[in-house]
Amino acid sequence: MERLTINISPHVVSPVDTRYMMKGVLKALIPAVAVSLFFFRWYAVGVIFTSVAGCVIAEYVGQKIRGKQVRVNDLSAVVTGLLLAMVLPPAIPLWMAFLGAIFAVLMGKEIFGGLGCNIFNPALLARAFLMAAFPVALTTWTMPVTLDAMTTATPLGLAKFGPYAASYMSLFLGNVGGSLGETSALALLLGLGYLLYCKIIDYRIPLAYIGTVVVLSTIFYFISPDRFMPPQFYLLAGGLLLGAVFMATDPVTSPITPKGRWIFGIGCGLVTMIIRWWGGLPEGVMYSILFMNAFTPLINRMARPRRFGMVRGKV
Amino acid sequence: MLKDFLKGLWRENPVFVQVLGMCPTLAVTTKAVFGASMGMATTFVVVSSSIVISLIRRFIPEQVRIPMFTVIIATFVTAADYFLKANFYQISKALGPYVPLIVVNCLILGRAEAFASKNGVFRSFLDALGMGLGFTCALVVLGAIREVLGAGTVFGYRVMWDGFSNWIVMILPAGAFLTLGLLVGVFNMVDKKISVEKK
Repeated sequence: MERLTINISPHVVSPVDTRYMMKGVLKALIPAVAVSLFFFRWYAVGVIFTSVAGCVIAEYVGQKIRGKQVRVNDLSAVVTGLLLAMVLPPAIPLWMAFLGAIFAVLMGKEIFGGLGCNIFNPALLARAFLMAAFPVALTTWTMPVTLDAMTTATPLGLAKFGPYAASYMSLFLGNVGGSLGETSALALLLGLGYLLYCKIIDYRIPLAYIGTVVVLSTIFYFISPDRFMPPQFYLLAGGLLLGAVFMATDPVTSPITPKGRWIFGIGCGLVTMIIRWWGGLPEGVMYSILFMNAFTPLINRMARPRRFGMVRGKV
Repeated sequence: MLKDFLKGLWRENPVFVQVLGMCPTLAVTTKAVFGASMGMATTFVVVSSSIVISLIRRFIPEQVRIPMFTVIIATFVTAADYFLKANFYQISKALGPYVPLIVVNCLILGRAEAFASKNGVFRSFLDALGMGLGFTCALVVLGAIREVLGAGTVFGYRVMWDGFSNWIVMILPAGAFLTLGLLVGVFNMVDKKISVEKK
């Protein structure tokens, strides 16, 4: 008889680990990256490469400094770098992208204790930092394909400061000015489909976020069609889809309970539309997600699911 | 004796260890020179008020000591404010309301309550001087870092190369919080290393 081996639990280990999740996000980003490469050519290559390299280097150095095991292999730094590149304008000087990448990992993640301990989404935090540090470079947009040296504005910027005739086909395919990865709704929807199919993200946050934006903008469009753009414009333009699919669903910085996720998504949608309509900036996706990130611990505490056997209303 | 003086510089540094007086620390350190002048004004106030409070500490009734401390501190703050207005008008204007606000800097009231009202004049003087200098050093370091990155200069002298783009965030409030947080972290790291080596 063979020797009986006795082990302590767990006996069954799920194949879903950090690396698996990150790989899934990277695959989901393939369409967006491809579109950015097609529309912004060498700019996209440079920014993506610099940003990813910066994040990986910063992660390695940060974990060495903190005396922790180096876990660059879990690909989370690569995802942060790629997401950061997706939200940067194409013509940003590369050293700024590098600085942002280092800031994302060191200030956004390592300083809180590494992956899983951060309060804010690192990529968006870095973008907010760059936005505050270099406002001109972060709002200089390039024409797609022609890569005109002449700068252009994003559709949201054009609509905010004057009448704008939107071409919805361009918005859907991504043939407009904007950050590298945010222009093409089609590519982002493909990514969303993949993430949902692989169950890497939950449908609640994107649905609540996008739903809030659509409902709000529909109501306002019917109240005053001359003052507000139609809902499909607010859905397709700007970083809404990128934010709702890849940023707001960050498992570390978003709530974990189903009810909490609804609240989180609705909050993001509200803040986004408030900034877009009445704020000083044309786009509010970044700040809305960072804003709701800050509330995540509170939402987690508030939206606890009812425990089995507990009576409603009693603790 | 010497310990009373030295503790303000490092072990009980008002900014990096006690985290007192955050209002001027964060608000006026957009440039090194503002940090230095705010630090010096505060040093003057904390030293003078500590001496006076220590001198009359036996006559202050326990129940009204805080109002009395505040009146004494306010006297010296007014003097410092008028001195700056008369001699360094530009700096006084740039510091704005933060010079009168030295009155409510808890560092000063803290020294009065914790040290000057319990100790002799000379020791109170050394303690206040150490605290004031520690505060000044912290503000100058903070101001210098923010000025280098935010404007490319230190004390008005250009130190960065010509093509350097200013990190505007550093002279915004966010830059103050970032720099202060990092400095406190670095301070703790160094402090830990020193105490480990001592053992």
